[in-house]
Amino acid sequence: MKSGVAILTVVAFASVPLWLRDPYLMNALITTGIFIIGAMSLNLLLGFTGQLSLGHIAFFGIGAYVSALTSLGFDVGLPFGLRIVHVPWPPIVGFVLAIVIAGLCGYLVGLLSFRVRGAYFVIVTISFAEVVRLVALNWVELTQGPLALTNIPSITIGLPGLGDLTLRTKLQNYYLVLSVAVVTYLLISRLVHSHFGRAMRGLMENETLAVSVGIDVTKTLTLAAVISAGIAGAAGSLYAHYIRIIDPEVFAFINTVTMVIMVITGGKGSLAGPVVGGMIFGLLPVFLRPIMAPEAQWIAYGGVLIVILFVLPRGIVPSLAQRFAKPRSRAETVAPVAFAERDAKEHA
Amino acid sequence: MTAIALQVEQVAVHFGGLVALSDMTFTVGEGEIVSLIGPNGAGKTTAFNVVTGFLDPTHGAVSYRGTALNGLKPHQIADLGLIRTFQRTSVFPNDTVYDNLLVGLHRQGRVSLLEAILGLPRARSSRRRLRERASELVEWVGLERRAHDLAGSLSYGEQRLVGVALALAAEPSMLLLDEPVSGMNASETHTFVQLVRNIRDRGVTILLVEHDMPMVMSVSDRIVVLNYGRIIAEGSPDVIRNDPAVIEAYLGQGAARA
Amino acid sequence: MSEFLQHLINMLVLGGTYALLGIGLTLIFGIMNVVNFTHGVLYTFGAYIMFIVVQQLGINFFLALPLAVVAGWLLGAAIELTLLRPLRGSDIDTTMLVMIGAWIAMQSGALWIWGGVAKSVATPFPEAPLVLGPVSVSWLRLFVLAAAAMLIVVTYLLINRTKLGCAMRATFQDQDTASLMGVNVDLIYTSTFAIGSSLAAAAGALLGPVYVIFPQMGDLAAVKAFAIVILGGLGNITGAVIGGFILALAEELGAGYVSSGYRDAMGFLIIIAVLIFKPTGLFARSERVG
Repeated sequence: MKSGVAILTVVAFASVPLWLRDPYLMNALITTGIFIIGAMSLNLLLGFTGQLSLGHIAFFGIGAYVSALTSLGFDVGLPFGLRIVHVPWPPIVGFVLAIVIAGLCGYLVGLLSFRVRGAYFVIVTISFAEVVRLVALNWVELTQGPLALTNIPSITIGLPGLGDLTLRTKLQNYYLVLSVAVVTYLLISRLVHSHFGRAMRGLMENETLAVSVGIDVTKTLTLAAVISAGIAGAAGSLYAHYIRIIDPEVFAFINTVTMVIMVITGGKGSLAGPVVGGMIFGLLPVFLRPIMAPEAQWIAYGGVLIVILFVLPRGIVPSLAQRFAKPRSRAETVAPVAFAERDAKEHA
Repeated sequence: MTAIALQVEQVAVHFGGLVALSDMTFTVGEGEIVSLIGPNGAGKTTAFNVVTGFLDPTHGAVSYRGTALNGLKPHQIADLGLIRTFQRTSVFPNDTVYDNLLVGLHRQGRVSLLEAILGLPRARSSRRRLRERASELVEWVGLERRAHDLAGSLSYGEQRLVGVALALAAEPSMLLLDEPVSGMNASETHTFVQLVRNIRDRGVTILLVEHDMPMVMSVSDRIVVLNYGRIIAEGSPDVIRNDPAVIEAYLGQGAARA
Repeated sequence: MSEFLQHLINMLVLGGTYALLGIGLTLIFGIMNVVNFTHGVLYTFGAYIMFIVVQQLGINFFLALPLAVVAGWLLGAAIELTLLRPLRGSDIDTTMLVMIGAWIAMQSGALWIWGGVAKSVATPFPEAPLVLGPVSVSWLRLFVLAAAAMLIVVTYLLINRTKLGCAMRATFQDQDTASLMGVNVDLIYTSTFAIGSSLAAAAGALLGPVYVIFPQMGDLAAVKAFAIVILGGLGNITGAVIGGFILALAEELGAGYVSSGYRDAMGFLIIIAVLIFKPTGLFARSERVG
């Protein structure tokens, strides 16, 4: 039943360009879609592994810069008189490299998360993101600092027999982002339902018990961090080649907070949560802009986050699922949607 | 002469100046059911944690089937086939009983992550087999009716059973039970003793720590008695029942009841 | 050499205010185990209070300072009562996220009310600095150092010599036993959060006039506060003081001899380094308040 809803949703999204003509809204949808991909990746860590990584935007930004620099080329001096010159490569290579390098950074963060847990992990991840931002700001030779990297080329896909297709228009980018988002959703869904997903869940629920049945904490957390970071890097790359201009402000903490609000409101630990939360907080600013200044909006968003945590702590999607699920237990807490749905499918 | 499964040699645990365990040496043979008992504060929990890898001994060595356990992380010890249960928080409370067991089955029939993600046939048939196994285990501990209830909503005694099933899911060759019947009533305890015997009949070696003397007396092949961090007696239930040192350690209460 | 001495003077001034920030947070983080993301906002709040009171209301600078401290105390108490007390007992992630929500809301509020343009506060000190041989220091900065030192001493006395401080230390060590002994834990929590917040506001009120005042100024302050707390050990006031000076020294030397752009990165790098290599902080004795 769930797959029916999913297919309908994808078809609905795919049909949007057929009737939506407003380029401003299209743009909003595209950037929202990119942030949704980022939110889904954050959800993997926050919702399925229980790691509150508040530096997540670092992976997004690193992906953006790697992809941009790969396709623009650069010429930098390193210590000891070394010099690296890189000629521009096709943006699609940048996309792949963004995933790889962001994933690598995720690996480092994963290693750290094993040593440093709880509140300290949160602080370290924030620090990591800020250091990356300061590097992007100050290593002007590489990143142009606050002057930004500009004229980033659009992604070009080589179609066999048809030549190259450069994705320059909003329509093309919309479908690109939609495709990547769908693939990401499927990837995360499969991951969560696999034995690895069970390991993540076990660690989150009761680490001592999980460890006693052979679940390797370091390996699980690190792998989750790598995959999560890689996906965020992909989102960053899409962002770089769509907006075509990247500056260190991409690393601003407010962007992490945006993704966090999307995930928490939509429902951490559920697959559809980030999508729902993303749609709300990606599009709300667009509709509120005429009547509320951005600062005022953010006062509201901060308030929304607080209210959700008090009133609907599990988020929108799990709370709705709980409302409509078969009453199966006397306990107050209900298993997150991913598992409840799978059970419903199999044991209905 | 049965082969030795677990060998505990001259294990000592010091917490600063406090000696929790001193010079503890005993073995557990393959297929045996051995119980570790002693008054409160005797060091049973410490001993248990050392043997299961949750605490490093200050001195001495523990080995399982010849492999030294010192310095191994708990999940590595689990990989050797040594699985333990917990007295408190013995389940994943927010998952159903069934899902709890699936976590325990995590190590079984593993396919590579890539295969799982791509949904290849090998991954799908492996999943099916695991689900069948989980159902089997649920029935085996008698919790079919509660299989799809949240583990956290079960009674204390039922949660213990889930904990045991979870441990069994990990296919142990040796099972270490931490006060398994504490909090259970008489009939639950009786059922549990049957369960333990069934588990041993399937070839699993068992070491358990307990306070419930009647239960220990009825289920154990051998009993090891601790007091003040050292072993004061070791032997079959009959021997232990009559051992003056044991009687004295318990002030006659536990042993008299048994 | 004189350059080094100059850095040293700057470090002392900066270190004193950093110490205030750090003490405030270590009390909150240590006693209440709350990752207080609003600490930076309180710092900003203290600075803006100075702006309102001195620039807009025309009140004497020296009177404005205690007002800022009191205002910080009140805001802190309000936050604790409305947001933290209802969440007592929830998991730490929820509390953290609520604090983040409050941070965003309050900082955006500041941006909305006062705009992003930096404000400055007039001070009653002479423009010309005091020259002591090869080094010079402005009167304002000297005052800041003196005020910070005084506040540190007052806090230290509060924690170690008063009944309230005793109750706070008891709650830090073992909340349940403290409450069995008659300590009103709810009151202690609110007081701790209020005191910690007032110290942050004090730091902002002192440094605001030295630099400029803008809504995001608290962000960096918050991170530095965390760096100091991690350096000095949770709940360890002396550690926080020393940590404050160490951070100031690292920033001064880093800015002076490496690159000024990375000055603010010092705090972050310290956090990362300490948590990787020595997670309990530089001062390894068991964590306690005082």
